[in-house]
Amino acid sequence: MGRYTLRRLLQLVPVFLGTTLIIYYLVWGLSDDPFAGKCGQRECPASYVATMTERLNLDDPVLLQWLKYLGGLLTGDFGRTFSGNEVSELIANAAPISFRLALVAVVIEIVIGITAGLVSGLRGRGYVDSLILVSTLFLISLPVFVTGLVVKQVFGVELGWIRTSVPPDPTILDLFVPGLVLGSLSMAFVARLTRTSLMENARADFVRTAVAKGLSRRRVVLAHMLRTSLIPVVTFIGTDLGALMGGAVVTEGVFNIRGLGGLVFTGIQRQEQTQVVGVVALLVIIYLVVNLIVDLLYAVLDPRIRYD
Amino acid sequence: MTDTLRQEPSLAGHDDGAVVSPQAESGLWSDAWKQLRRRPLFIVSGIVIVVLLVMALFPSLFTGADPTFQVLDRSGEAPSAGSWFGRDLFGRDVYARAIYGAGPSLAVGLLASLGTVLVGSLAGLTMGYFRGLTDSVMSRIAEIFAGIPFVLGGIVILTSLNKPGEIVGSTRLVVQVVLTIVLLSWPLAMRIMRAAALASSQQDYVKAARALGAGPLRIMFRHMLPNCLAPVLVYGTIQLGVFIGAEATLSYLGIGLKDPVVSWGVMISEVQARIIQMPHALFFPAAFLVVTVLAFVMMGDALRDALDPRGR
Amino acid sequence: MTRFTRRGRSRWIAVGALVAAGALVLSACGGGGGGGDQAQTVSIEWGEPENPLIPGSTNEQNGGDAIDALFTGLVKYDPKTGQPSNAMADSITSTDNTTFTVRIKPNWTFHDGTPVTAQSYVDAWNWTAFGPNGAQNQSFMEKIQGYDQVSAENATVNQLSGLRVVDPTTFTVTLTQPFTIFPVTLGYTAYFPMPQKFFADRAGYESAPVGNGPFRFVSRTPNQELDVTRYDQYAGDDKPQVQNLQFRVYSDLNTAYSDVVSGSLDHIRQIPSSALAGDRWRQDLGPGAQLVPGLVTTALTFPTYDPRFQNPLLRKAFSMAIDRQAIINQLFNGIYTPADGYATPSVQGYVPNQCGQTCTFDPNGAKALLAQAGGVQGPITLVANSDGGNDEWMQAITNQLRQNLGIDVRYSPVPTFQEARRLANAKQYTGPFRAAWQGDYPNIETFLSQLYRTGASANDAGYSNPAFDAAMTAGDAAPTIEAANQAYANAEKIALNDMPAIPLWSRPVIWGDGQRVQTGLQTPLNRIDASAFVLKPQG
Repeated sequence: MGRYTLRRLLQLVPVFLGTTLIIYYLVWGLSDDPFAGKCGQRECPASYVATMTERLNLDDPVLLQWLKYLGGLLTGDFGRTFSGNEVSELIANAAPISFRLALVAVVIEIVIGITAGLVSGLRGRGYVDSLILVSTLFLISLPVFVTGLVVKQVFGVELGWIRTSVPPDPTILDLFVPGLVLGSLSMAFVARLTRTSLMENARADFVRTAVAKGLSRRRVVLAHMLRTSLIPVVTFIGTDLGALMGGAVVTEGVFNIRGLGGLVFTGIQRQEQTQVVGVVALLVIIYLVVNLIVDLLYAVLDPRIRYD
Repeated sequence: MTDTLRQEPSLAGHDDGAVVSPQAESGLWSDAWKQLRRRPLFIVSGIVIVVLLVMALFPSLFTGADPTFQVLDRSGEAPSAGSWFGRDLFGRDVYARAIYGAGPSLAVGLLASLGTVLVGSLAGLTMGYFRGLTDSVMSRIAEIFAGIPFVLGGIVILTSLNKPGEIVGSTRLVVQVVLTIVLLSWPLAMRIMRAAALASSQQDYVKAARALGAGPLRIMFRHMLPNCLAPVLVYGTIQLGVFIGAEATLSYLGIGLKDPVVSWGVMISEVQARIIQMPHALFFPAAFLVVTVLAFVMMGDALRDALDPRGR
Repeated sequence: MTRFTRRGRSRWIAVGALVAAGALVLSACGGGGGGGDQAQTVSIEWGEPENPLIPGSTNEQNGGDAIDALFTGLVKYDPKTGQPSNAMADSITSTDNTTFTVRIKPNWTFHDGTPVTAQSYVDAWNWTAFGPNGAQNQSFMEKIQGYDQVSAENATVNQLSGLRVVDPTTFTVTLTQPFTIFPVTLGYTAYFPMPQKFFADRAGYESAPVGNGPFRFVSRTPNQELDVTRYDQYAGDDKPQVQNLQFRVYSDLNTAYSDVVSGSLDHIRQIPSSALAGDRWRQDLGPGAQLVPGLVTTALTFPTYDPRFQNPLLRKAFSMAIDRQAIINQLFNGIYTPADGYATPSVQGYVPNQCGQTCTFDPNGAKALLAQAGGVQGPITLVANSDGGNDEWMQAITNQLRQNLGIDVRYSPVPTFQEARRLANAKQYTGPFRAAWQGDYPNIETFLSQLYRTGASANDAGYSNPAFDAAMTAGDAAPTIEAANQAYANAEKIALNDMPAIPLWSRPVIWGDGQRVQTGLQTPLNRIDASAFVLKPQG
């Protein structure tokens, strides 16, 4: 397993290079005029264009720009935005917040989602199952901006139980409500996946064997059924984690969380190449590491899967 | 070959699943149909889906109103006898818009889920079966795709396909939106299918089939797929609703479906800032969306049960 | 069974260690923090500036609001009426409207204690004009003599010949041509003075800007907040009433709004349309709901370089087919003012009803005019950027044109402001497009010169009419400001008759103050009046 892990970690390098290169091309592809809109309704003065072009290497071919960017990364330089901010500083401020938010959302997903899935999966078709189905689907169909807005309006403005936005350096507790809103969609997925998987495995031979061996129902469910049933669930959560960190644009906006999602979004809107590439590069690394962890988890959850 | 998921020696009491014998194959589908016909879940969801499809194909059967006709003076009117679902910000009839919105919404939702599930399943199945280098290379490619932010990918793909200000036919736009969504979201379906395929590829029935000399295609589709389908089906049916919402995100960014084409996503994103002022303009398209997703999820459930070789 | 459990556990530990390592890496760097005495701090809704906080490089609102708190220029504009008056200037005089003598008040200091002198102004303006510095506001110096020599990107001359320091409190500005209203324009950000520190240590300045205004810089966390505190040696007569200001970055206006309503934010610079709807903002904010007529106009500009839109009759037909008041009533809650010309009512030189019949809703007249113009070929696409909240009204206009003119009109948004500007700069628009303009100073000239003069920097229509240009030049050279305004109004009439852009409406400056705030003002130029904040007595 050690060698497998090492190998996977080494594979991070080509993926990282590939992603940053693609993102570079994509951001470049947004517009052939990087100075459009940088000077309000006016066209930018020629001297401004010349100065910034030189400072940001915009004259070079994209490939060379990318190489220069990588060179900078090696010396810890993430580049600067048009407004002169260090991208590394922006990321250092935003990443911990996003990480905390994603953590809260994932924990909520796991606790509520798996519980709901377990309940409806074990009870089988019936009243409780239908109730959970309909309520999870309701969450899926409501866009996050609606959920967020309603929660904020009711509990923040009307009742005054929660703050309508989170403070600049929020704690886990501050992020509970936003995490709930953010995790609500994935929670529904987790519940459905757990339920289906459980129902599948209930008929599997190893469960029958376990029951025949006289193990208690509780032990069969937890040690045998749930463990193997968690494989698709864990896969989903792992893939989702990256999305929760970088794609929470709406939730971040609704609660004014200064996280990575907003950084990517404004970066795209304002064509801040270095900002977009820097954040996305970080997200890709996180995504890769999480996927590695998930792959290793398979071996834990299903004893039949083994790495060497 | 250290980079593989290698199989452990077979363990007594842990062999799973039955080998699908060749003569049972023809019976699989007819058995499934027989079983399906008796399930109320299947019948109800079937009826809803048929109604939705008719609505999508022949919207004028359901309403005589023009979904794009604007009467600004009647902006935001609550539901009444004249307009059952009320009117939106521009004074357009919400009922007519919800009906006319079925077509594009279903087209985007169905095609995108189908595409994502197809691409993802094929990739996941291949990776789960072959493992090793194939798995590594394809996994890394998928990770690159998964790393691209949806908004960035969407903007770049859709703006490079169409010139600004160009008038794009609704069919072409639907196809473009579907392609964009599939391209940016197949990795998740792939990961889910791959997880299931990894587990199933080392089970006895697959080994047995391999020992009998079955080719990779036959093993993948005849033996592994039926046992791996459940989680992907769950994902696909729920994702249907998510994709209809993703289309709304694209419309909101100004790159998705646009007026005069109506979709539920467009309706929801239009009313975004005015939920409190005119909740009915949000409620009805959202309700259509819930019912649609519900119908497809129930249909997926029924299908899965009927097709599961172990279910009988 | 034991065999599996044991192996399982060791695997769990390995995985757990990996997760923990990842968590450590990610949480190693902490976030920024605010500070200061909350009771004496007014918090303000803000956005991340697009440029460093240098007056010569700042031309957008977020940066401008911060700069206005940190700096005071020669001229200021009244927060209620927008009328200009001297701030740091003691007097600005001229005999020929070409050479201006500026006398500044003595005893002003920058926040680092150094005096503000005539040299501070001349150095700042030279820096902005000098090509290699790449300042965004460079073109604001273009009327000053010597601009051509210093403005090129590879220029070697770095001093405008038109600027001359007479003594520490006096300098003269010589323009290339007469420009009567020049003193009125001097309140704009680009004309603020700069301290020596900026020229000696630019990086140091950028990380801790030094100005001469009512507030001095304390700290800034990019993408989160900016804190400033009262400058006790401030020499202006608009001394601040509160100790600290905190500019907080918001990405969603609706969130900032609910923060004001629930009391965790004190001042929001504009009200989201969701709160304007049904007058909810007035109920929510009570006396904190405020507005003042502003300098923001919205128009639908024609790409006159496209052969389909070269007939003024067609452009007028479009204008008459738009029911401005209906859109304002339904979409803007009746708060906006329908346009009757290119200028807004709150500027010097505004003449009511310049547009007359052509800006009045008349569907039949519009149809007749369109027929007279020979109709229009093919479908028309209207274009606006989706990221600026323009979709609603653009769609309403699209529908009105379609229904009232009986032609095929579509709304085809582009995703970003950048994309819209790229099309404008490259002159690639294929249909009428959204154009919003925020006046730089409260004079009618700001709505005409940059937008409709031949080859002007924001002339997106590609409009060119020698008669209009001549009328503008006549205004520039008029003996008095009143005469100048009259000439500009004549020019406006000429442009309206050609209608390169359909004037739609002007937007007032609409803002909200929280319960803690007694007074909080936005100026007609849509800038925060940093000195004006007063908190309610605690109790």
